[in-house]
Amino acid sequence: MGETIAILTIFVLAVFVGFEVITKVPPILHTPLMSGSNAISGITIIGAILSAGTQYSTLTTVLGTAAVVFATINVVGGYLVTNRMLDMFKRKE
Amino acid sequence: MSPDLVRFAYLVAASLFVFGLKGLSHPRTAVRGNRLSALGMFIAIVVTLIDQQIVRFEFIVAGIVLGGAIGAIWALKVPMTAMPQFVGLCNGFGGGASVLVAGAAYVEAVLRSADTISMQFGIATVASGLIGGVTFWGSLIAFGKLQGIVSEKAVRFTGDHVLKGLFLLAALAAGVLVILQPENTLYFWIMVAIASVLGILLVVPIGGADMPVVIALLNSYSGMAAAATGFVLSNNVLIISGSLVGASGFILTSIMCKAMNRSLANVMFAGVGGDSGGDDAGPADDLYEGKVKSTTAEEVAMVLDSARRVVFVPGYGMAVAQAQHAVRDLANQLEADGIEVEFAIHPVAGRMPGHMNVLLAEADVPYDRLKEMDEANTGFEQTDVTIVIGANDVVNPLARDAADTPLTGMPILNVDKSRTVVVIKRSLSPGFAGIPNPLFAADNCLMLFADGKDAVQELTAAVNEI
Repeated sequence: MGETIAILTIFVLAVFVGFEVITKVPPILHTPLMSGSNAISGITIIGAILSAGTQYSTLTTVLGTAAVVFATINVVGGYLVTNRMLDMFKRKE
Repeated sequence: MSPDLVRFAYLVAASLFVFGLKGLSHPRTAVRGNRLSALGMFIAIVVTLIDQQIVRFEFIVAGIVLGGAIGAIWALKVPMTAMPQFVGLCNGFGGGASVLVAGAAYVEAVLRSADTISMQFGIATVASGLIGGVTFWGSLIAFGKLQGIVSEKAVRFTGDHVLKGLFLLAALAAGVLVILQPENTLYFWIMVAIASVLGILLVVPIGGADMPVVIALLNSYSGMAAAATGFVLSNNVLIISGSLVGASGFILTSIMCKAMNRSLANVMFAGVGGDSGGDDAGPADDLYEGKVKSTTAEEVAMVLDSARRVVFVPGYGMAVAQAQHAVRDLANQLEADGIEVEFAIHPVAGRMPGHMNVLLAEADVPYDRLKEMDEANTGFEQTDVTIVIGANDVVNPLARDAADTPLTGMPILNVDKSRTVVVIKRSLSPGFAGIPNPLFAADNCLMLFADGKDAVQELTAAVNEI
């Protein structure tokens, strides 16, 4: 139970941080915000890597490998497309 | 590498994600922010790869190579007009990855010893499976609608709410079984299957113009699914990242709802505009009869010639017509003639939050010309000509002036306050809300009936000739 409370604390505080930071993003950057946050949610890749690599059973390896593919698409695609968009906003300074 | 060192690296990664999002508070710092965020991801992945638990790398490498190639090619090729689809599908992949990771961790835990599965683990697994399943399939439908594979219309049938309610209850019941009898993994997959159908049922009835809300909401769900998976693995960096994304999507959802003056429940369950684009001409004929003034590019060029301040109001129609570069050319031409030019952007213009801004940025319009609604509304009274291109409901004065219309109370761009309004549109057909727009019949309004891109190009040529 102690550990649950500890990570629940982190969860709640992270939500507050999220609200504080995101409310400062101006509307013109809302699309890059969405694609950038998609890339961040690709962090599930670290769980996927462990499932795919520990070879605990065939099923967990298959699930983990599929998750690696999905999460990598999000990470690579998300950061690249966000960079592409933000470059457009930056160009005209 | 010791577990503490790994956790410390994850903390660094999480901090870099926060810095990255903080960078998005201004276009100047945004590129750096995005790179910091990517650096955080890189660190997290590298320290995970050197974890001693990993016995074989071939599947990991294969997955990363395949996913990386798909992601990279897609991200570099996708046109900016298709960004809503891109983000929509990415939401789905995020949700899908969360379900798969939670599922793998759950299956592994059951194989080890089902008795040791804690309450936290059980509840988190159920949450991840439910939210992730809804997100994955809901996002696929949203993608299909934006891509034109699935009908963009609000597809409804009698009893659809009851059906959704039943599926939700069934999914929750299956979830309770997973928590009570974790050793039976079949319940988990049944729950994911029910959640998948629920995701489809939730998004199918939502029409095209409500997509900004749905995309933002699914973005939030994908974050929540990642956070839930973090609880499954007791992994802080997943929880922090998922919370950040969940909060981001939630804020965007509420901004979009406010910009339409509708509650989230109203958008999700009672959407308007079931027959958008239909020609329900009855009351519209009375409104427009004899009052609509059709104009030509030459005539508009004459009006523009004497203008000192011009505002463009883009809508989804500009994206459909791919007219953003043509609009930029016209704006540049006007600026060269000494006219002050601005772009007024409604929060729900387009199919996702910020859609119009990205298109105009792609066409090299400087970001300081892009004005958000409140700021833009202070300027229309001093504006000589407002050019509305491909927007309808977001400039409909009925939203402001009339009671009892589907738009009433929605904040709009008050383009009718400017001296002259030029509306570039193919016909007088109503917008998504399905109601006529009295702006088109207003004394100061000129209608330029044409395809958006052609009209703007003709206009630029006509301005050039003067």
